Amino acid sequence: MNELSASSRITYRAVMVRPGVARRIRGLSDRTLAWLFITPTIVLLLAINIFPLLWTIYLSFTNYRANRANVPTIWLGADWYQSILTDPDIWAAMQVTAHFVIWTVVIETVLGFGLAYLIDKKFRGHGMWTTIILLPMMLSPAVVGNFWTFLYQPQIGLFNYVVAFFTGRAASSFQMLGDVTLSPWAIVIVDTWMWTPYVMLICLAGLRSIPDYIYEAAEVDRASKWRQFWSITLPMALPFIMLAVLFRGIENFKMFDMVNLLTGGGPGSTTEVASITLKRAAFESWRTGYSSAFAIILFVTVFGLANIYVKALNKVKSR
Amino acid sequence: MKRTMKTLVVACGAVAAAFVVGAGTTPAQAQGKTITLCWAAWDPANALVELSKDFTAKSGIGMKFEFVPWTNYADRFLNELNSHGSLCDLIIGDSQWIGGAAENGQYVKLNDFFKKEGISMDDYMPATVVGYSEWPKNTPNYWALPAMGDAVGWTYRKDWFARPDVQKDFKAKYGRDIGVPKTLGELKDIAQFFQGREIDGKKVYGASIYTERGSEGITMGVSNYLYDYGFKYDDPKKPYAMDGFVNSASAVKGLEAYKDLYKCCTPPGASNSYMSEGLDAFKSGQVALQMNFFAFFPGLYKDPNVGGDKIGFFVNPAGPAAQATQLGGQGISVVSYSKNQAEALQYIKWFSGGDVQKKWWALGGYSCAKSVLNDPSFPNSAPFAKEFLQSMGMVVDFWAEPSYAQLLQAEQKRVHDYVVADKGTAQEALDGLVKDWKAIFKEEGKKF
Repeated sequence: MNELSASSRITYRAVMVRPGVARRIRGLSDRTLAWLFITPTIVLLLAINIFPLLWTIYLSFTNYRANRANVPTIWLGADWYQSILTDPDIWAAMQVTAHFVIWTVVIETVLGFGLAYLIDKKFRGHGMWTTIILLPMMLSPAVVGNFWTFLYQPQIGLFNYVVAFFTGRAASSFQMLGDVTLSPWAIVIVDTWMWTPYVMLICLAGLRSIPDYIYEAAEVDRASKWRQFWSITLPMALPFIMLAVLFRGIENFKMFDMVNLLTGGGPGSTTEVASITLKRAAFESWRTGYSSAFAIILFVTVFGLANIYVKALNKVKSR
Repeated sequence: MKRTMKTLVVACGAVAAAFVVGAGTTPAQAQGKTITLCWAAWDPANALVELSKDFTAKSGIGMKFEFVPWTNYADRFLNELNSHGSLCDLIIGDSQWIGGAAENGQYVKLNDFFKKEGISMDDYMPATVVGYSEWPKNTPNYWALPAMGDAVGWTYRKDWFARPDVQKDFKAKYGRDIGVPKTLGELKDIAQFFQGREIDGKKVYGASIYTERGSEGITMGVSNYLYDYGFKYDDPKKPYAMDGFVNSASAVKGLEAYKDLYKCCTPPGASNSYMSEGLDAFKSGQVALQMNFFAFFPGLYKDPNVGGDKIGFFVNPAGPAAQATQLGGQGISVVSYSKNQAEALQYIKWFSGGDVQKKWWALGGYSCAKSVLNDPSFPNSAPFAKEFLQSMGMVVDFWAEPSYAQLLQAEQKRVHDYVVADKGTAQEALDGLVKDWKAIFKEEGKKF
């Protein structure tokens, strides 16, 4: 024992203290080890994802209100689902959401791909420009919402002054956030400003994954730049573009923070996206059962659409 | 590789064991007595911090404060109460919360405590007792001590009103002297007169009014017009019967008048204004008139740019049917989930003291105690004291039902849709509101 090195002594002591544990671990199979590793994740997943989901589904069939736990819970069947699906206000919120999602995704995809195409040309200082372009997406949506509120301020906001400079209209003659026609576009502009860089980044990865030799072969075949774009660049970058569309579509379908800070859903209900309606029902009115049903409807909608889209994406990838 | 993985498993187990052991041994609780008071983050809260130092000096109980901006105040503290949180020992909760907080067991009922300590509700202004303490309303069931009296009032630019050019132009246009408006019609004239006018080379606007959509803003604003035009929440003889009261022809006119004021006489971009936006507009010299709660008036009076001789105050003017104003303010309650209820009650007892109430008013809080308000010197104790007293005599409050948040949301939506978003007519907005409110009460099991 005296001849043992310090580290050996420590190991020896550890083995001496808990020989049973060590022996048991040494005897574990690979499969058992794998289960040991994934069990905490599965437990966590069950606790914070699956159980709440199942609980939400249960609550959506009841009259439960989280702020009135002492009131007996009554089983209502599909009443909430029927009430939500026939409520014109809910459909109005879904229309607002659809307007927001479609326009932001379309504009961000076009601009993002365009920017990626330009950045991919590797001009002088392109690294610096890439960093500058990426800055908006690094900001917190709360910060973005707040400072765009100031930018849109009709009397002192920079946005109105820029528009006034180019159009000749008085800066205070229009209000982006208080006008029913302009406010849906005001939130589209802010989201586009913030998230176009994200789309650009994904598209850039797609463009950089296209091997140079394909373009070289096309050059040999005397294919024009236009033809190269349509026959090589776009088809090969398409899976990446579609991925960006999927990510932005899902994100914007559940958009809450930025819109809430910019307009609070107003003027009136002009920019009340589905998430704002849901939040009001769940945490202001405390209609827990009702809002659970609405949350499930939104979940099924986004999950269903995403699934269809992923199938399309896989088809494109397998081409 | 397998050996490395096994070592990793042992390490993970050790870490997990450490967590388990750690979770079992909670740190020793602090033994010093400290209670937490929750309220909104605004000027009177600072006055309360100052005032509470006397309580700590007298009782040895430390005070902690949790102040949340108004826009998140209801969300934050109603979440806290609904989740049975013990963050707040004392809460100065909004008047409309009282029904829900009482029925859901979130506030401690104070009747026995008041009786034991000789605290009488007769010593407080009746409107504040009904508004801040009682549930059900007009019954002797007390859940709070009236703490902060408040109502909606108006400020105006006294210095602009005193300008000879303004006086001359106003008289030429309206055939009368410019002065504090006595009616809502006069108020609109003044707002219209200043709208777009140049004062000292700067374009100014008529009035800043409440138009906020997200929480309670536009409801707190439009109510001042609706009440004056004859709006009633329900039939005084038949509770919850709202047809012909909420959507009466006169109430419709009131809603139209509010929209008129918004359209003609507010600064550009005022489509989502509440208390802080109103203060900004007034302090920056943008508007001649400002609708806001009295709680802000001490701070405005002290403002170096627009305070002092430059500012004047007036009560909500009369309408064709009545002269009333929206109640603000809050009572102080003990949270039933608090572990320091004895100390919290001790604070309430101390706060109810006559000298404390006097100091509360002197520091910038609005006492509800008759000993302060009925003192002959009170009307002259501040430039807005007389108006405050008058306003507290004509206050009306929103529903204080347990479902108040839903009722409020419905009004926010209907009114904002009509006033700001130009959706439908005033009649449609109020008819829709009756429909919404009926549905909410029906869900609550009310019969009407």
